Amino acid sequence: MVHFFEVLGIWIGALLTFAIFSFLYKDNPFYKVAEQIFVGLSAGYWFVYTIFFILLPNMYNPLTENFAANWIKLIPALLGVMMLMRLIPSIEWVSRFPIALVIGTTSGVFFLRYLKSDVINQLTATIMNPFSGNNTVMIVGQILLVIGTFTGVVYFYFSKKHEGAFGVTARIGIYFLMISFGAAFGYTAMARISLLIGRLQFLLGDWLGIIQP
Amino acid sequence: MKRNIPLIITFLVGITVIFSEFIPHYPFGMLSGELENWFLIISGFAILLGQLSLFKVNILKIKFKKENWQYSVITLISVVVMIGTGLLWGTKDNTGILGNGDQIIAVMGSKPFDYLFDNVYQHLQATMFSLLAFFIASAAYRAFIARTTESNLLLIAAILVMLGNTSLGSFLTSWIPEAISFLHLPKLAEFIMKYPTTAGQRAIMIGAGLGIIGSSLRIILGIERSYLGGK
Repeated sequence: MVHFFEVLGIWIGALLTFAIFSFLYKDNPFYKVAEQIFVGLSAGYWFVYTIFFILLPNMYNPLTENFAANWIKLIPALLGVMMLMRLIPSIEWVSRFPIALVIGTTSGVFFLRYLKSDVINQLTATIMNPFSGNNTVMIVGQILLVIGTFTGVVYFYFSKKHEGAFGVTARIGIYFLMISFGAAFGYTAMARISLLIGRLQFLLGDWLGIIQP
Repeated sequence: MKRNIPLIITFLVGITVIFSEFIPHYPFGMLSGELENWFLIISGFAILLGQLSLFKVNILKIKFKKENWQYSVITLISVVVMIGTGLLWGTKDNTGILGNGDQIIAVMGSKPFDYLFDNVYQHLQATMFSLLAFFIASAAYRAFIARTTESNLLLIAAILVMLGNTSLGSFLTSWIPEAISFLHLPKLAEFIMKYPTTAGQRAIMIGAGLGIIGSSLRIILGIERSYLGGK
């Protein structure tokens, strides 16, 4: 019976793979069905994940195992229920209180996190002696790193019109940004192509058995 | 009350979290930790809210027989099946309402939730993302015909990085003498990643970081209130 379910799983996977790939021809009912199954399963997966990995260990288990020590968790539980009131238009405003807490916490955490990781740490890494490299390639690279970071930041300064020397600096910044986007594009393309190869391996190996998986 | 109390909550919570970084002693340190725990629990409910909203939207679509309502039936069945199997028999590491599902594991080889995840969800996800390989190729073509300095830089960087990370790139430039070995495609790709790409990413990170800091301050101080809704 286990073997039957293994084979069934492979067939389901193969048919759904074809259903998704059929979109390359044009939008069609097979693709839409597969897409909706994906949406439904994703939603279901995150529901179950939320129950088992967030709400049970952080709220339900502490409350049931040692209520006296964890009664304070009733407050976020109540706020969580208030969040669900968003679905009832007449008392939708009640959900603003938990949203305010979530937004406040997120703002505070993000303020600190991005100040440290995205601003201070990046500036610290950039403020260096570019001529301290071991070889010419490294020195050229470090000069490019300093110039690229500075000009890139200048490009993001929109309070002054990009013209004259400021405009030229911003334009150099754009070139560095484009190289950065190009590299990101290359990596994304490679990642997607490796996924495509994975799908072909599944179809030709696991499903048809033409190649060794 | 409907607007001011949430604004006060946001201010107090945001300030407490920021203060706790500079004053990690009692009560700020403890408060910050507790608030982050609350945040996790409320976020869990927010995810549930999203699922319930999905139910509501699809049920209304079916009820009023809107265009393509038949597909909403499939969505709902998929959600119910995934949630049902997950809650009844649990997941790989968790026990469900009906126990650990040993009997069903003996029949299916794994728990129904994991079976669906491995044989349906993962295939759909991988295929959906692999579709992008084709659209990325199309996007590259369109970028190439733009013929501007920026688009050329983008494409040259992309091609060098892609070739540099494959055996073909290494093969194509294997004849280059050692004296100018930095022109080997793998080394060139490494150089692009290490210096100009890092510079671009740093600029983006600094710009985005400053933007996020500004937005956070605006929210904490109550200048930005759009999250409260328009009413």
